[in-house]
Amino acid sequence: MPESTAAVALRVRDLRKNYGEVLAVDGVSFEVAAGEILGLLGPNGAGKTTIINTILAVLTPSSGSIRIGNMDVARQRSLALARTNFAAVYATLPGNLTVAQNLRFFGLIYRVRSLSRRVEELLRQFQLEALRDTKCGVLSSGELTRVALAKALLNRPRLLLLDEPTASLDPAAARDTRSLIRTLARDGDCGVLWTSHNMYEVEEVCDRVLFLSHGRILLAGDPRELPRQHGAPNLEELFIQLAREPLAHPAERLA
Amino acid sequence: MRVAPVAAILLRQWYLLRGSPVRALPMFAWVGIDVVLWGFISRFLNSVSAAAINFTAVFLGAVLLWDLCGRVMQGLTTAFLEDVWTRNFLNLFASPLRISEYVTGLVIASIATSMIGLAVMLALAVPVFGLSFLALGLHLLLFLLVLYGFGVALGILASAMVLRFGPASEWLVWPIPALLSPFCAVFYPLTILPAWMRGVAYALPPSYVFEGMRAVLQGRPLALLPVLCALTLAALEIALAGYYFVRVYRRAVRTGLLARYSAETVS
Repeated sequence: MPESTAAVALRVRDLRKNYGEVLAVDGVSFEVAAGEILGLLGPNGAGKTTIINTILAVLTPSSGSIRIGNMDVARQRSLALARTNFAAVYATLPGNLTVAQNLRFFGLIYRVRSLSRRVEELLRQFQLEALRDTKCGVLSSGELTRVALAKALLNRPRLLLLDEPTASLDPAAARDTRSLIRTLARDGDCGVLWTSHNMYEVEEVCDRVLFLSHGRILLAGDPRELPRQHGAPNLEELFIQLAREPLAHPAERLA
Repeated sequence: MRVAPVAAILLRQWYLLRGSPVRALPMFAWVGIDVVLWGFISRFLNSVSAAAINFTAVFLGAVLLWDLCGRVMQGLTTAFLEDVWTRNFLNLFASPLRISEYVTGLVIASIATSMIGLAVMLALAVPVFGLSFLALGLHLLLFLLVLYGFGVALGILASAMVLRFGPASEWLVWPIPALLSPFCAVFYPLTILPAWMRGVAYALPPSYVFEGMRAVLQGRPLALLPVLCALTLAALEIALAGYYFVRVYRRAVRTGLLARYSAETVS
């Protein structure tokens, strides 16, 4: 989406992160427009989670800048994160609190207005009413994913980071979730950064994708057009080609 | 500093205590055991000694005040460890929560829980063993302020150590009060200590409290200067511990430790 025609939810400029000699992210720049769903694709170790962690300010970049809306994450961390939220398979909510307690706890942290009403809305929206007093530690992975998504929407974020959000959901629940996120992006003017290894899902959901490998963006474009443009039968085949290709040039990788 | 995020940290502690009596038990169980144990030891010493010392006031009073200081530290560290045990750092620190709000929430939670211990302590020690903290008069408030302050400083320091060295290091932080107690002259005057230990004791605010407490119980006037010195030291040590916590946190963010926090990733 052109920068000049839409409000920008996220702007990443020349982002680098190195751990000593190891370069995890190498000069990545991209934007997510308000209302856009951007897919961040790449093989394991490509740098997707590192990028998400730097956006969430739990990892300091070696250089580069990140702006959420018009807030600089490095200088206005708290303000920038107040309009952001995330759900990731590796960030489960405390298992010793119930579903409703977790939502109230994080709702206070995000300073959600009319918190009780918002919690009730989300419990209904994610069909969690029957589980409201159940401790998160005993939920199934699918139920946990729904709670994590409910928490991610608590503050009606302008930027939503979703790291494999449907990985543990059954096909029907996954489809509902995709539909919900699409509606949220379009109607709520929320920019979404979505990572997934499910290329069918990416084609269905994402307006645009970035292919990452070894910390660099290899390709960017419409997930429905990219396979044809690069002579691949489908997005999954293109993913496999791109994931394998850089291995032929190990010198490109510093470690 | 915003109220709602601090309230969130307190609310979480309330939910945990309400949902698990096992968490509530240590708040008063160990205090109760100390009262009974040291109460009988003091009663025995009073019965066999011709010295003009009230062992109940000196020993039982001292052990309970020292216990209180340790409870404050452990309350704060335990509240922090709840986030370690539930792997909650990513959810917390990828939110608008500020470090100052997080630490303030932990401090208030530990003060609140240790107050329960203090209430139990008074309820047992006063009627059963005749311990009267009232003998300390208004000085008691100053002593409590110093001990709470030092407990908070230790708790922040211990939490920073766990963040820096990993969850396994919690076994290093639990014995900290026991390691410091010989230097704090809980049961004996500072003059008993060798010079190098006295040097350490002067940097520890509780040593001034216990010296002052013994002076008051022996009918001597309390010198205000050492107590003010202890208050200043406690405030300074809270500030230093807070600074260290922020340093450790920033290092964890820079190195990526915070995002991948577990015993295996810490080096």
